[in-house]
Amino acid sequence: MKRCRSMLFMPGNNPGMLASAQSLGADCVIFDMEDAVAQTEKDAARILIRHALTYMRPQGVGVAVRINALDTAFWKEDIAAVVRGGADFVLAPKTNGPDYVRELMAGLEAAEAEHGVKDARIVVFALVESALGIENAFAIASAHKRLGGMLLGAEDLTAELGARRSAGGDEIFHARSRILMACRAAGIRAIDTPFPFVTDLEALAADAAFAAQLGFDGKAAISPHHIVTINAAFSPSPEQINWAGRVMAVARRAAGEGKGVASLDGMMIDLPVIKRAERILAMCDGPVEDFHAN
Amino acid sequence: MRTDKCIPDIATALREAGVRDGMTLSFHHHLRDGDFVVNRVLDALETLGVEGMRIALSSVFPVHEPLIRHIKSGLVRSLDTDYVSGPVAKAISSGILAQPVMFRSHGGRPRAIGEGSLHIDIACVAAPCVDGLGNINGSGGPSACGSLGYILPDAAHAGRVIAITDFVSKEPLRSISIPHSSVDYIVKVDTIGDPAGIVSGSINLTRDPVAHAIARNAQAVIRASGLLRDGFNYQTGAGGASLAASQYLREDMRRMGLHGGFLLGGITRYMVDMLEEKLFDAIFDVQCFDLHSVRSIAENAAHHEISADSYANPGRKSCYVDFLDVVLLGASEVDVNFNVNVHTDSNGMLIGGSGGHNDAAAGANMTIIVAPLVRARLPIVVERCTTITTPGASVDVLVTERGIAINPARAELAARLKEARLPLYSIEELRAMALNITGTPKKLALSDQVVGLVEYRNGTIIDSIYAIRDS
Repeated sequence: MKRCRSMLFMPGNNPGMLASAQSLGADCVIFDMEDAVAQTEKDAARILIRHALTYMRPQGVGVAVRINALDTAFWKEDIAAVVRGGADFVLAPKTNGPDYVRELMAGLEAAEAEHGVKDARIVVFALVESALGIENAFAIASAHKRLGGMLLGAEDLTAELGARRSAGGDEIFHARSRILMACRAAGIRAIDTPFPFVTDLEALAADAAFAAQLGFDGKAAISPHHIVTINAAFSPSPEQINWAGRVMAVARRAAGEGKGVASLDGMMIDLPVIKRAERILAMCDGPVEDFHAN
Repeated sequence: MRTDKCIPDIATALREAGVRDGMTLSFHHHLRDGDFVVNRVLDALETLGVEGMRIALSSVFPVHEPLIRHIKSGLVRSLDTDYVSGPVAKAISSGILAQPVMFRSHGGRPRAIGEGSLHIDIACVAAPCVDGLGNINGSGGPSACGSLGYILPDAAHAGRVIAITDFVSKEPLRSISIPHSSVDYIVKVDTIGDPAGIVSGSINLTRDPVAHAIARNAQAVIRASGLLRDGFNYQTGAGGASLAASQYLREDMRRMGLHGGFLLGGITRYMVDMLEEKLFDAIFDVQCFDLHSVRSIAENAAHHEISADSYANPGRKSCYVDFLDVVLLGASEVDVNFNVNVHTDSNGMLIGGSGGHNDAAAGANMTIIVAPLVRARLPIVVERCTTITTPGASVDVLVTERGIAINPARAELAARLKEARLPLYSIEELRAMALNITGTPKKLALSDQVVGLVEYRNGTIIDSIYAIRDS
């Protein structure tokens, strides 16, 4: 599994920003056709993103495109542009239930058929940002085999709840936990919501560290200045890497000797511990060449 | 206190100094874009009716636009400078001067003054604070600018020295940059500059994410180079990526528990903060860029004023740049032989000059050029620089937001960076990457008229600057 520690939203109608996408340190960038683009600019952004994917595709960085929601007139044309340009991901906003996912997948497959794309490489991530979406989290996460992950969108959600966003994030703790649990149960990636207070990097560090502690695979960002902090929060420390390497060595030796369990520093090394060690070592991999091997 | 040296106005002082046609008058640029002194002296020269003067001004700023009028009138015949910007730069590029401008480096200028190839008849010191004897410093008075490093060689070698000031201290100065023994005349005027243009109230770190990407790559190079250790000596510019890189350096030094030697060059608050945090032992300052550093040089004993001569004169037994471990410098163009241009833009228009660029590059153990791969739709890496400011032999690394190129002559450095898994490319690969985005620009056609000569710090003329063609 390749790293997806940071996913950076970038306005789809800003050519300068799209051109610099590969240089900002994010594991993945999200070219946005939705909220960052005015209604009158939708077609311009769609064309620009398709050209950016075709001629100036960021190298060594995963590329997602956030299309417009399924209740708009834009989404089918958006999907067609993504299929023709060839992104790694489609990010589906306002996902509120499994039917929504299935409708999107049908649209995606139709676009792929129309444009002769046979490899079905594009992975869909669901952006869950409503109370109904949170309640349906597992149904969404398990709705389709091409769904690769879920991302929490806390701004829309808290607006709907009537909650106020805080740096500490108490108001989204339940939503985070539901998303994470659903993703793990369905075996897909869980991506945390962006931190909304752009200039408060200290609070961002605490927020990202908390999301990593909960178990999220990565975190979205609305500012390129958040990337370094987020990447650091979702990267294992040298001590963790060292521990994981030693666990794997002990486990290999035990397996070679036909033992089911072993111990390290007085701690029993069993399957859950080995899985945790594997997960840490996987987080050390270089950035994205293949997002599709979930 | 005696005030024998006080003269009522600039014209009288010039007359007493023996000004006549064809003389060389020198000036400095510590008052930057707030400087009134150059324009006032030129006006005084006009009233005296002299002509054919050579103006040796260490850097020319937009505020010096009246030079154009004085060139047209014949009052000014030639310019000798380290850097030009603003309307005068444009006028030079359009061919306003019959004689090419002599472009020197900040170290080459004191070399030329000391050896006599730039003989100064009258040095005009913009003096923020003077006492009755004629002692000068830059830290006192309403137009305080901090260091006076660039005018110190002029004051030591000029035939006559005029201190033009807006503040005469009643007490003898305790801190002295230019001693009274070098000063012939003091002229008190209402003001020598506009404080808003002299120094920035504060220079803020850029928010440009591409500049930060470059800065992070640059710091990764420093980290991997093996040079970042106790006693590390460092210089960086005040440009976006350079300044941002100093913040990443600061974080690394804190994390690694390192203690540096000195910071050098033009100084900003970000350097001062590192000194005050005791990450470095000292600052050696030829110029203050902001109020924070002006305050620091007046108050902090570890913040030293140095002259351009000891900063970068290659003719000395040593100069401060020789002790640099790393310098970060900008570029308007870098060519495939690692030559760097900071004189002209890609249209051949003058936009600057060496300043300390080729001095620091020659002295530092590792010279890093930081630049975006593409700027304003043009590739930064070119086949051949429009103008060579700094020869590629003194440039070790080019850092862009998309990748890093090492001068092939630095195989050992390349091996270290490779081991650190940094995104290394050949400079030709970086150029290809840029051209893939921009396409190949049409070749620039310049006129045959030489408007500037680029003197390398050791006195060799290494390139010519041509007038731009009328479009």
